[in-house]
Amino acid sequence: MYYLSIGLLGFVLNAFFCFGTPATVRAEDATFKVGLVTFLSGGAAGPFGVPARNAAELMVEAINNGTVPAPYNSKGFAGINIEPTIIDEAGGGTKQVGEFRNLVQRKNVDAVIGYISSGDCLAIAPVAEELKALTVFFDCGTPRIFEDNTYKYVFRTGPTSTMDNVAAARYVLDLKPDLKSVAGVNQNYAWGQDSWKDFKDSLAVLKPSVEVKTEQFPKIYAGQYGSEISALMVKGPEIIHSSFWGGDMEGLVLQGAARGLYDAHTGLFTCGETAMFRLADQITEGTIIGGRGPFGVYAPDNELNSWFRENYMARFATPPTYPSYKMAQALLGLKTAVEKAAAGKNEKPDKESIIAAFENLEFEAPSGTVRMALGNGHQAVQDMFYGQFTNKSGKPEVYNVKRYPAECVNPTDGVTSSEWISTSLKNTPCK
Amino acid sequence: MDTALVILIDGLIYSSWLFIVAVGLTLIYGVMKILNLAHGSLYAIGAYTSASLVGWYFSTGYFPWAGFALFIGAAILAGMLTGFIIERGLLRFMYGRDEVVMILVTYGILLILEDVIKLLWGVDAYFAYQPYSMLGRIRLSGISFAGYDLSLILVAGLVGFALWYALNQTRQGKLLRAVIHDSEVSQAMGINVSRVFVVTFVIGSALGALAGGLTAPALSVAPGIGIEVIILAFAVVVIGGLGSVGGAAIGSLLVGICRALAVHTYPQLELFVIYGVMAMVLSIRPQGLFVTATARKI
Repeated sequence: MYYLSIGLLGFVLNAFFCFGTPATVRAEDATFKVGLVTFLSGGAAGPFGVPARNAAELMVEAINNGTVPAPYNSKGFAGINIEPTIIDEAGGGTKQVGEFRNLVQRKNVDAVIGYISSGDCLAIAPVAEELKALTVFFDCGTPRIFEDNTYKYVFRTGPTSTMDNVAAARYVLDLKPDLKSVAGVNQNYAWGQDSWKDFKDSLAVLKPSVEVKTEQFPKIYAGQYGSEISALMVKGPEIIHSSFWGGDMEGLVLQGAARGLYDAHTGLFTCGETAMFRLADQITEGTIIGGRGPFGVYAPDNELNSWFRENYMARFATPPTYPSYKMAQALLGLKTAVEKAAAGKNEKPDKESIIAAFENLEFEAPSGTVRMALGNGHQAVQDMFYGQFTNKSGKPEVYNVKRYPAECVNPTDGVTSSEWISTSLKNTPCK
Repeated sequence: MDTALVILIDGLIYSSWLFIVAVGLTLIYGVMKILNLAHGSLYAIGAYTSASLVGWYFSTGYFPWAGFALFIGAAILAGMLTGFIIERGLLRFMYGRDEVVMILVTYGILLILEDVIKLLWGVDAYFAYQPYSMLGRIRLSGISFAGYDLSLILVAGLVGFALWYALNQTRQGKLLRAVIHDSEVSQAMGINVSRVFVVTFVIGSALGALAGGLTAPALSVAPGIGIEVIILAFAVVVIGGLGSVGGAAIGSLLVGICRALAVHTYPQLELFVIYGVMAMVLSIRPQGLFVTATARKI
């Protein structure tokens, strides 16, 4: 009797789950769950995380309503509404791995878009692969993601930091063909060290006579840069390269400007675009500003960009900076891939077909055309721009803007950035 | 010679800032035996208060120099008020507990205050740079220094002198030293230890907030700024000896000069040098430079 009862119970449970499952699947089919991870607290929240979150809010709403201009004027992802879950990226790699597992295993998201910190991207990528979770990095810059490993489930729709620094080296030589000396002040972790290495190595290849006067590596979030500024002033380089971002960059700009550092030595901020509106009256005229790609003030004049800028400014009363552009780009990349995978089908596409559609994809964004050309079709490349800052008209602008096509500032697929810089950079002209 | 002078000036500026940050922490520990982890949050509250007021005041176009009194005074007041609330609202119920318990309590306060800061000021950065350039530049040893940074040396000197004077030359200071020596005996002798604790905590908190207020013009004031500072402050206090104001001054000087030397001569060591100095001092004097070893009661 006991075994009969157990058997009956098993039968009832089996029937419940077997017949109950399709209803659940149908419910899940109605939405495309996306985990959105960006800094909502900490020093990176203001300049990066919040603009990215704002862009995500704007884009998810517009995509669901089908109000994004063509070719994105269809509703949702292939008609499926996006259901976002926003997570704070603060707390470091270990915490983020836990949050990522929650998103994938408990919330059953269909995809995760996120990560500003290169450290977080390096921590998440292998976990995404282990969990077979479709993951789109939107902002982090380290080229090591796809240079050190091959991933099936991981994509990055934003360019790597290599092109920031290779293009920076090209720009300073275009601006000052007789350049004699440079110095660097970069944060003492992977991002700062890789950025400086790429810049220094590129200069060594393009103009070996350029002398490196000093290489400063203050701790991330140090806040006080008085000694570093003194060291830079004592050494007297023509150009000061910095990949500082967020509050660190803003602190360096403020403290350097108060001491006249950038009057005699031209500052080059590879992430400077995020500060050019916030600190317009503090940035020295002629400072070289990068925007990590064709974003913000470097974005092209097209319908998507006009729509994005207008709507973003109307909603948040500030122009979108590059993290906003990159978040919008990631969402549009995923939409393109999902719709390509869903073409000709009447159901939500499965993960494998989305991945197949995403690889080597070419899609349009407010920043122009994005090509998933590196990392076996998982890593985006774009053109790179640099310009000099001016506020003479009372409106922060850039002048002397130069465009560097993706091909002359990015390695070829299968070659690491370091190898490419040392072997091929010199022979890759910018057309 | 020129570079040596620059290193000395850089070291003094950084030491001054460190001293102002750390002295409140060491004062509270010295009197109350509380290692106040929330000190970083008080620093952040001072910075946010200053940044908010500077932004508002300079947009009004009023007499700019009055802005100094406003943002420094407001930071001190914010620190005093927060310190008073923390001490009366929570800490007084915990006195007599183990020091480790107090560390956990102040850690809890730190977490609460970090969220309170986000609730009050949001996550976007605040800027208060107007006062930073008002003191102009001073050319020393061939390079320009911000007058504001150099003035920190003076402020640190004044804070140090005021504390020394208050502790050694006033009746209240003598009462305080009696409490530091033995709070139970002090209470038995009629000293209102509870009041001494409140006053000490409020002054320590005000010093933390003053440090934040003074630093705000040179920074992007954003969530998390207090967390970074507390680590440095601990290093300084541990080097000098927990609870010693003189120790905090010497600890700040040691760290500041060594850091400036590293930045100018071997920048790769910058990250390591503060903790290197701490490790070296502790390997020779585990109790810190200015605290004498005492027998432990069993």
